Amino acid sequence: MSRSLKKGPFVHASLAKKIEDMNKKGEKKVIKCWSRASMIIPEMIGHTIAIYNGKKHVPVYVTEQMIGHRLGEFAPTRMFKGHAGGDKTAKRG
Amino acid sequence: MARIAGIDLPKGKRTHIALTYIYGVGHTTAQKVCQKVGISEDRRVNDLTEDEVSRLREEIEKGGLQVEGDLRRMEGLNVKRLIEINCYRGQRHRRGLPTRGQRTKTNARTRRGRKRVTVAGKKVAAK
Repeated sequence: MSRSLKKGPFVHASLAKKIEDMNKKGEKKVIKCWSRASMIIPEMIGHTIAIYNGKKHVPVYVTEQMIGHRLGEFAPTRMFKGHAGGDKTAKRG
Repeated sequence: MARIAGIDLPKGKRTHIALTYIYGVGHTTAQKVCQKVGISEDRRVNDLTEDEVSRLREEIEKGGLQVEGDLRRMEGLNVKRLIEINCYRGQRHRRGLPTRGQRTKTNARTRRGRKRVTVAGKKVAAK
């Protein structure tokens, strides 16, 4: 079931407040944020948000194209570096 | 010959099936189009009149449907956008893995391509 339109996009209250404050003051600081489920809204364009990936905050510069996506989509929680000993060609040589 | 959206429709098939040979037209759309143009279920492509074919063409090419090249281009652009903004789905596209959370331990062969079999006991030639 999709979210009720009446409510508008979900943005974590504290994040929304920080964005609003910064827009009012016209300053740009990196915002640390744990709310990966927050939707990216037009007000966030041009800001850099450091999104928590479970280990550290990944800084992401928000562009216009990202609107409608969730913050978490830009900070992967798993990092796959390849399998151990997967490089067979190197062993053979 | 019935040629719609740059595709030759198979002659011997019933019209609403033949229409699904067009990229972007499935069973539902095909049936709707047939109904709108007024072609009954059991009419085959080779006994359509010239007029009916042109009405079908009108309906599909100009009736607000996106088919063939246009649709493929749009899909390509959508994927490109996902890759550009570097979101999770874009990264999955880049790696050629499923984008909607399916398992990849097994299956996912459509995205990952044919299985690469590792042959047991195959020795490398003496160096």
